[in-house]
Amino acid sequence: MHMKTTVASLLAATMLMGAGSAQAETLRLLTWGSYAPEELVQKFEEEYPDIDVEVTFSNNEEMIAKLRATGGAGFDLAQPSHDRIHAAQLEYDIYKPMDLSKIDTDVMSPSLLEGVKANTTIDGEVYAVPHQWGTSGLMADKSVAPDFAGWDDLCDPQYKGKTSMRLKRTILLGTAFAMGEDPFAAYADLDKYQEILDKVADKLIECKANIKAYWKGGDDLSAMMLSGEIVASETWDSTAYKLFNQNENIVFVPPKTGALAWIDTFALPRKAKADDAAYKWINFVLRPENVTIMSASTGAIASVKGAKDLLPDDKKAAVNAAFTDADIDNLKFFANIPPGVEDMEGKTLEKIKAATGG
Amino acid sequence: MQQKDIKRLTLYLLFAPFVLWIFLLILLPHIGMVILSLREKIAPRVYEFGLGNYIDFINEPIYWNTLLRTGSMSLLVTALALIIGFPIAYYIAKIAGNRSRGGLFLLCLIPLWVSDLIRAFGWILLLRETGVISTFLLSYGIIETPIEFLYNDAAVVVGLVYTVILFMIVPLVSTLDGMDNSMIEAGYNLGGNSFTVMRRIIIPYAMPGIVSGCIVVFMLTAGSYLTPILLGGKNSSWFTEQIYDQFITRFNWESGAAFGFLLLAFTSIVIWLGLKLSGQTLANTVAKS
Repeated sequence: MHMKTTVASLLAATMLMGAGSAQAETLRLLTWGSYAPEELVQKFEEEYPDIDVEVTFSNNEEMIAKLRATGGAGFDLAQPSHDRIHAAQLEYDIYKPMDLSKIDTDVMSPSLLEGVKANTTIDGEVYAVPHQWGTSGLMADKSVAPDFAGWDDLCDPQYKGKTSMRLKRTILLGTAFAMGEDPFAAYADLDKYQEILDKVADKLIECKANIKAYWKGGDDLSAMMLSGEIVASETWDSTAYKLFNQNENIVFVPPKTGALAWIDTFALPRKAKADDAAYKWINFVLRPENVTIMSASTGAIASVKGAKDLLPDDKKAAVNAAFTDADIDNLKFFANIPPGVEDMEGKTLEKIKAATGG
Repeated sequence: MQQKDIKRLTLYLLFAPFVLWIFLLILLPHIGMVILSLREKIAPRVYEFGLGNYIDFINEPIYWNTLLRTGSMSLLVTALALIIGFPIAYYIAKIAGNRSRGGLFLLCLIPLWVSDLIRAFGWILLLRETGVISTFLLSYGIIETPIEFLYNDAAVVVGLVYTVILFMIVPLVSTLDGMDNSMIEAGYNLGGNSFTVMRRIIIPYAMPGIVSGCIVVFMLTAGSYLTPILLGGKNSSWFTEQIYDQFITRFNWESGAAFGFLLLAFTSIVIWLGLKLSGQTLANTVAKS
């Protein structure tokens, strides 16, 4: 959900000269931009000389579209978010169950592991384990918008023309929470959810005049924020942390109704050919020394015990500036998306985009 | 006899890449898309044959409004490209000397050496609120507060015209190049002024070039994705974005495929209408220039 330019999927093939032995194996990773830093890939290939790592950068929607096109072939390990496993598996049958005995689940944070297992178990089989987690929320330039605290502040007239958001499902959910609704609870009753969506759409259409532009990727958001063209925006925390390093006034603001938390996972595509190599990669990136390298690149927090202490120093400072323990307790984890909801949300987003509000 | 066989074989071999290309990369995927667009989703993994996706399009004003918007803006871009491109092409073909002609043509080509994406980012740097133009105007006191030029329909039109104008200039230059200068002289000798010569001689002669340029530019514009997305604002929907959303965000390949065909049908109808109105045929325009 982050660090991904909106532009078509970037393909970075990181092929290092292998030993050239006959049984050389290729591990084809389908993951987020920055989730396979060069440093880690090299280290992995040194440790397992008979495995070549090939990386394709993508995002949730494109990962599912790619796997759906081939029925789950072409990649050996994918990293969709935890809420994108259940419905995608039911609808398109693109993943295969994981063998948890091959993974060092002991080092994982028990609550995150149990959370992901609960979200991705189908017919008693587990389809994913957690990798990194982070949140979606707000960021604000504290020197000009010190009181910025909630999703609805994006629509506050005092910041007219100075805020931004991404027109995706996150802002629908955030706005629903800000209006006192619980959209995740309403997933069970789609009529109720449609009612909420209609209210959210009205609110966001009214809000259009207040927004400068909808951002499409981390890059254009960063440019608008750093240049001071906007003072606050809906954002991924990792983007905010990166900006914090360049301007300490720009901080991540967990909305008062709770930041929305996502967990990016490891999942095996149904026709994956290198399961052993995939398990090796999973266990490899779970090691504490590698967690630090990974987090430095992703800006997200690993799903291992004591992950916060394993963050690189600059990220630790950014996280501490953003989150109190109460904010962490207040996190709202994305609930599984039941079939049909994507379509309802898509229609709502179209309605907002097409409305001529401002 | 043997000679004839060899000739025929050569012909087949020369045609093979073209036929394979058309069949494997154009026809086959389109057949797949037609079938996909005629499937209606009933429940997870359950599909039924029907026209539901097309009916959805008709019943939802947002979709056809976006299509009409895309169409009318593409026509505007085509008209602007013609108005700006024609004098340039005329200058290159008729006025410039033989040596400067190559240089001028090269100048038109250079923007094509960088990708669409980079060109769009170039416009972003120029037009944004803290961008080059706004800062320049501010520092000379022409404006008081920074102005946002980006994120509106005008920016999209400017960016698109810039991207496609070359495809207007090239066919125009090649048509005008073939025109004998003595025809223009004859027009003046017969007492015509510049305007009549332009209207009665040059434009009718250049018509095939104008029409083929317009067709290419219109198709490119209506089917473009990057420029409208990157330069467009909160209200600038483009139909290709709608197709992307159906395929990728909503996992609705069926209606995405239907939308793709509707775009194809729509642009084809517009071009057919244009040809009818201008009294041209595909054979003597695109095929000729």
